[in-house]
Amino acid sequence: MPSLWIKNARVIDPANKRDRVGDVFVQNEKIVASLSAADKKKAKVIDGTGLVACPGLVDIHVHFREPGQTHKETIATGSHCAAAGGFTTVVCMPNTSPPASNTGTIQYIKDVIERDAVVKVLPTGCITVDMKGETLAPIGSLARAGVVAITDDGDCVQSNELMRRACEYAKMFDLPLMDHCQDHSMTVGAVMNEGVVSTRLGLRGWPNAAEDLIVARNAILSTYSGAHIHLQHISSKNAVELIRRAKARGVKITAEATPHHLALTDECIEGYDPKFKMNPPLRTAEDQQAIIGGLRDGTIDIIATDHAPHTDYEKDQEFDYAPNGILGLETALPVTLGVLQRQNKFRLAKVIDLMTRKPAELLGLPAGTLSAGAAADICLFDPQEKWTYDAKAGFSKSANSPWDGEELQGRVKTTIVNGKVVFDGKKVRKR
Amino acid sequence: MPWNRRHLITLEELSRAELDQIHSTATGFKKILTRSVKKVPALRGKTIVNLFLEPSTRTRMAFDMAAKRLSADVISLDAKSSSTTKGESLRDTAQNIAALQADMIVIRHSAPGAPLYLSRLLNIPVINAGDGAHEHPTQGLLDTFTMRERLGELDGRRVVILGDILFSRVARSNIQALRTLGADVTVVGPSTLVPPYFEALGVRVSHDLRSALADAEVVMLLRIQHERQNSGMFPSIGEYTSMFGLNQERASWLHPDAIIMHPGPINRGVEIDSELADGDRSVILEQVTNGIAVRMAVLYLCAGGQPEYVTPTA
Repeated sequence: MPSLWIKNARVIDPANKRDRVGDVFVQNEKIVASLSAADKKKAKVIDGTGLVACPGLVDIHVHFREPGQTHKETIATGSHCAAAGGFTTVVCMPNTSPPASNTGTIQYIKDVIERDAVVKVLPTGCITVDMKGETLAPIGSLARAGVVAITDDGDCVQSNELMRRACEYAKMFDLPLMDHCQDHSMTVGAVMNEGVVSTRLGLRGWPNAAEDLIVARNAILSTYSGAHIHLQHISSKNAVELIRRAKARGVKITAEATPHHLALTDECIEGYDPKFKMNPPLRTAEDQQAIIGGLRDGTIDIIATDHAPHTDYEKDQEFDYAPNGILGLETALPVTLGVLQRQNKFRLAKVIDLMTRKPAELLGLPAGTLSAGAAADICLFDPQEKWTYDAKAGFSKSANSPWDGEELQGRVKTTIVNGKVVFDGKKVRKR
Repeated sequence: MPWNRRHLITLEELSRAELDQIHSTATGFKKILTRSVKKVPALRGKTIVNLFLEPSTRTRMAFDMAAKRLSADVISLDAKSSSTTKGESLRDTAQNIAALQADMIVIRHSAPGAPLYLSRLLNIPVINAGDGAHEHPTQGLLDTFTMRERLGELDGRRVVILGDILFSRVARSNIQALRTLGADVTVVGPSTLVPPYFEALGVRVSHDLRSALADAEVVMLLRIQHERQNSGMFPSIGEYTSMFGLNQERASWLHPDAIIMHPGPINRGVEIDSELADGDRSVILEQVTNGIAVRMAVLYLCAGGQPEYVTPTA
């Protein structure tokens, strides 16, 4: 394989505190500090002028729907979306059909990844058998089979006792637990944020308190067990404050925020359009500001997309009946840059850090850096380019995006995995 | 000003002039209801489909009656007879109805926003006959019509809505129309069923019956549903009645000329004393009669009729 020479890009590598115009070199699938004069002559040159070169983005929260829901997405198409969005490592959730709560399913997923994926896709396993919240899944065997975390994502474990035991047990294997924080008893029939907008629209509200309670529960269980609990897609203002205080006490919890919770509010639901329906729901501007504050001071560790494909015919229904979730991978970078960098004046390197080094570090993944010797996973993007996102023309099998038809700023031009170009700005190199 | 709306989805979006047009048209149609021949040919040759995907008796009867008084052909589908029980989507059901060349759809649905969704799919007028806890526009129209008949203009008039506000589409439609007509609205009931978010709709939120009812000219009661008790919204029907039921003593706090309203069906002895429901101040049955006239006006206008052809003096 020829060496790569990315020339004259603004290289942002938070792991090495690097942010300056320069070159990136790749040889034998790895990042190298330099190339010999002879290798330079033979190298494939990518002109990085005007572009940012950063580590390939890392998303630890995606739904690729395989096995069992492949009409919505597959590991192949999901990985294409990732490549097109600049992501080189993604972690997929276990709520497939069947759920990934046994080693056979994990092995199947790994086989499909090996065969079909164009980026690095890592599986998670369930906390409880079939995510029913009744008995523990074979967590040790799942760990041995190679899951990077366990989670009942979407079906938050309601029993505090069971969650306590899961924490204690998973701790043996140093396996993080990822939790979608939702007290189900408070959200029966709920389809959007509880507040002024839900009151006017007559839709059943999902109160912030239902998230806050489980966030607090998890901080308490992590304190006692010492297990690492990662709090998924935080949406509530008070939850941010609870996390801040727990972290100040040294509790081993981490948290993520999604681009859609940063960019959109419950007011988007005025027209009952299910493309704004997700769980946790879009909340208020006040919650948004708290989450942005949490990202600023490190209370919230990372950005994750919760990429959740659903077909048109599933999404196109009465708001109450439509499934939760939206696409995220192809729009994550421009949307996050818009909110954090352009509107809230985060440094560009800080935004990149939230989408590369920090999520990799959070799960201990070998990703998110341009250090010499690291896998050559690289994202090149133009932070200025404006483009209109057409979800149907995108790489997902589904098109359920609130940004469909919207103009976005910041566009991925090249995505490189292990030194190979998997996305060239137009096409994904399919397998 | 000509009427140029084809759908009736919410009262939130109607202007004062539009509310006036519907009410004046209804006044004209109301006269027909007391004639010996209670029928006009306004919608002859038109087919109206009543798509009731949630149980209803009086609203459905009133729409049925209104359509027949206008000489329209009416087909009624309910949840049991429609294909939705076979898993057909609302989109497909609606497109089939449109393909049958229906001229108008009246829809009742448990999901808020379903009529709006339907109106975006179809080229024929869609009338909302109640969508979940969102709106029940024709109820709000008939209630405000009844108030205006009794009290005249509503600017600055004190109206109290009492009961389960949170889950009530009747409350929401009335709030929207009453605010547009300039009334001074208070919603009152237990704090679980009357959350503070309602203040954003421009009404006063109260949990104190005495101060809320003092000098009010209209009190509108809402039906209390037993299932709310099971979901912990209040301790018991008995406690509700003792705290918030309208009885003779509490009715004496009202303005001397106040009227008592209820969209029905009433729970005698729960939200309202039986004698009050049948008493002089009750306009509950007038509401039912007015419901036909108002729905005739809505069907007529949304089918393309113009208010000037149905003047109150006609």
